[in-house]
Amino acid sequence: MSACYKFRRGLDIPLKGSAHLMTAPLASSSLYTLKPGDFKNTIPKLLVREGDIVQAGSPVYCDKEHPEILFTAPVSGTIHAIVRGEKRKITGVQILADEEQMQELFPVADPEQITPERIRELLLQSGCWPLITRRPYGTPAHPGETPKAIYISCFDSAPLAPHYDFTFAESFESLLMGIRVLERLCPGKVHLGLRDTTSPHSVFRRLPGIMHTFSGPHPAGNPGVQLHHVCPVGKDQVVWTLTPMGLSIIGKLFLNGTYDTTRMVAVTGSALTRTGYISCHAGIQVSALTAFPLKEGIQARIISGNPLTGDNAGPDGFLGFHHQQVTCLPEGGKRELAGWARPLRLNKFSAARTYISYLAPLLGKTGRFNLDTNLNGGVRAFVLTRDYQKVLPMDIFVSHLIKAILAEDIDKMELLGIYEVLPEDLALCEFVCPSKIEIQDILQKGIDLMIKEMQ
Amino acid sequence: MKWVEKIIEKIKPAFSKGGRLSFLHSTFNAFETFLLVPGTVTGKGSHIRDCNDLKRVMIVVVIALVPCLLFGMYNTGLQHYLAMVPKAELPGFLPVFWYGFLKVLPLVIVSYVVGLGIEFTIAQIRGHEVNEGYLVTGMLIPLIVPVTIPLWMLALAVAFAVLIGKEIFGGTGMNIWNPALLARAFLFFSYPAYMTGDKVWVDGISGATPLAALAEGTPLQELPSWTDMFLGFIPGSVGETSLVCILLGAAILLYTGVASWKIMISCVAGAVLIAFTGNIPVHYHLVMGGFAFGCVFMATDPVTSPQTETGKWIYGFLTGALTVTIRLFNPGYPEGMMLAILLMNTFSPLIDHVVVSVNVKRRIKRIASHG
Repeated sequence: MSACYKFRRGLDIPLKGSAHLMTAPLASSSLYTLKPGDFKNTIPKLLVREGDIVQAGSPVYCDKEHPEILFTAPVSGTIHAIVRGEKRKITGVQILADEEQMQELFPVADPEQITPERIRELLLQSGCWPLITRRPYGTPAHPGETPKAIYISCFDSAPLAPHYDFTFAESFESLLMGIRVLERLCPGKVHLGLRDTTSPHSVFRRLPGIMHTFSGPHPAGNPGVQLHHVCPVGKDQVVWTLTPMGLSIIGKLFLNGTYDTTRMVAVTGSALTRTGYISCHAGIQVSALTAFPLKEGIQARIISGNPLTGDNAGPDGFLGFHHQQVTCLPEGGKRELAGWARPLRLNKFSAARTYISYLAPLLGKTGRFNLDTNLNGGVRAFVLTRDYQKVLPMDIFVSHLIKAILAEDIDKMELLGIYEVLPEDLALCEFVCPSKIEIQDILQKGIDLMIKEMQ
Repeated sequence: MKWVEKIIEKIKPAFSKGGRLSFLHSTFNAFETFLLVPGTVTGKGSHIRDCNDLKRVMIVVVIALVPCLLFGMYNTGLQHYLAMVPKAELPGFLPVFWYGFLKVLPLVIVSYVVGLGIEFTIAQIRGHEVNEGYLVTGMLIPLIVPVTIPLWMLALAVAFAVLIGKEIFGGTGMNIWNPALLARAFLFFSYPAYMTGDKVWVDGISGATPLAALAEGTPLQELPSWTDMFLGFIPGSVGETSLVCILLGAAILLYTGVASWKIMISCVAGAVLIAFTGNIPVHYHLVMGGFAFGCVFMATDPVTSPQTETGKWIYGFLTGALTVTIRLFNPGYPEGMMLAILLMNTFSPLIDHVVVSVNVKRRIKRIASHG
């Protein structure tokens, strides 16, 4: 079964600084960090102490509620520090990497020859399990449950996002093995979402699975948006989603018997002198990506992930577990005299037509904008709520859902579709909001409340 | 322009917490952000933001109102001189405009001074930032009152609209009724003689508005020509007379996407449909009274109109239909637009509720069909 979905609603933010299709050699840093914050709704229970020696794939901590879910080291080395934040909450486990990398070895197995239970066991032991995200709520999958479908979006439509056809061009074997593994867990229900422009020679077109094609602007590539049309998540239903990167890591586990988190990361953003792709492990220190230096004299924000949903890593921060993109943007601390009243403001981007910057291409500009991190206004009450629907190709009323969350009305949140959305799906609504309301943060709070109430 | 920044930085400590003028904190903040886009950077969530903000949205609406305001000034002068001298002896454009300018300007000033004064005070008491919403309301109010309204009455109406219409609900974005229309409704019911009766157009301006005349039984032939009403050379509230200027404003609002085209179109459709049942020609309804102005600038208020797109069609249609119904079948109130919009504002949440309920049912059905 194959279908094509065309989205008209959405927005491709024309940012400067997309990654050039060139690769730098494998990068490494002395410190790597495993951040419990990358996995929603998990509470870490440490299995190591400072000074312990770990190999790539050795358990570092497990989830308190599901102790069988192990979170394992991306590289071999010594546990350098347990970093704690407020109320002694663990915010990171730092590993001092060895010069020579040692791998924990797992049995190489043909997924068709072993039982699904054994597959689950292997995924849990190796640390591959948290690569599976569970919807609703976007938490790691529960080990005991069987989903109604497994969904993989094979393209990323976010601003400056990596080009998957390029980053996975050499990964056909591992992707195929990944699909074979998932087919054993949920037979006949593995779905793949492709972009209509994906070339017929793309590795993704050669994968088995139920194919769906999507066209349109961001957030067309979000699994949440695709699932909404293909296989919506309702009450008491569960769907698992993976990224192609997760698929490939699982594939490599079954092909080589190692936990190999190597990924090709797009280093992007207008604050860099040049952009491109680089291979590295999960949790690498972003300052080690020196192949792509910052422009001189610029105060930059280094984001692990894309500019809409990523985390502010800071100059000494680390790459997130799920991230394949680092974005460097100029900080926007500058003030502008009566900026809101200026008629032209050609260098500023707005999806609304209240600025004529969208005419910039006609005036000989490139049509790409160098956005900084300025909030561009003050926080206000909801006024123009129509703008949200224009950038969301889902049958969900954003302002009503957000207001239900603010009122902590569980029943309404349920009815208005909180099971179907994650903060990343509403990130564009936050981007365009003229009242500068923190929609992603509010939604995450709503999801946390749902998890708490449903237990 | 660095000097502006320097001055602001210099006086800022006095207005900050603990400073000797800290009781004016919100006021200072309002002026500061008015002059300089703040250097605030994003914290949580999206790292980049659209450069559109409420200040920009509001200023677009104010710009869209300027043609109506300027024409309203000219027309005020024109109506004055038409009553005083024969048509052939009319003075030139400038004296006519100047007369109207001097008549209308005090209305604008009173509206802004009283309204913003209350907004600033309340923001200060609540410790909030001052909201931009009143920039538009403050411009709308002088445009929908007769130019002869005593200033103290206007001040009272503005105070009522801002306090009872908006602030008790929590300010811009929280109000149920359009504050500008509430000001007009306040005047309409408290001082009816000044709004509709013989006292309108004293001060040398004769004649009732065409709509009022029609309600009193004047035959259609004795009214100003349709073209005059279309162009706006008729007595009426300051900004509502010229359809040309209103259409110009509508073009700005629609082009920038600030106002909803769905509401405007469905509002006209509703009015036209009901107008067919009456004895006044359909195209007269569209140019008379406050219909066009209300349809373009008041019914489309994003806060008090429904939030759902389907809801907007329903709301607009009913607003238009109700307006003409009141005009045709209610001898008490010649003008229906104000009451129609206020009534539909009240029903907006209900319309939304219905649309959202349908959406909820549809989604549940869809999820069930996917198994």
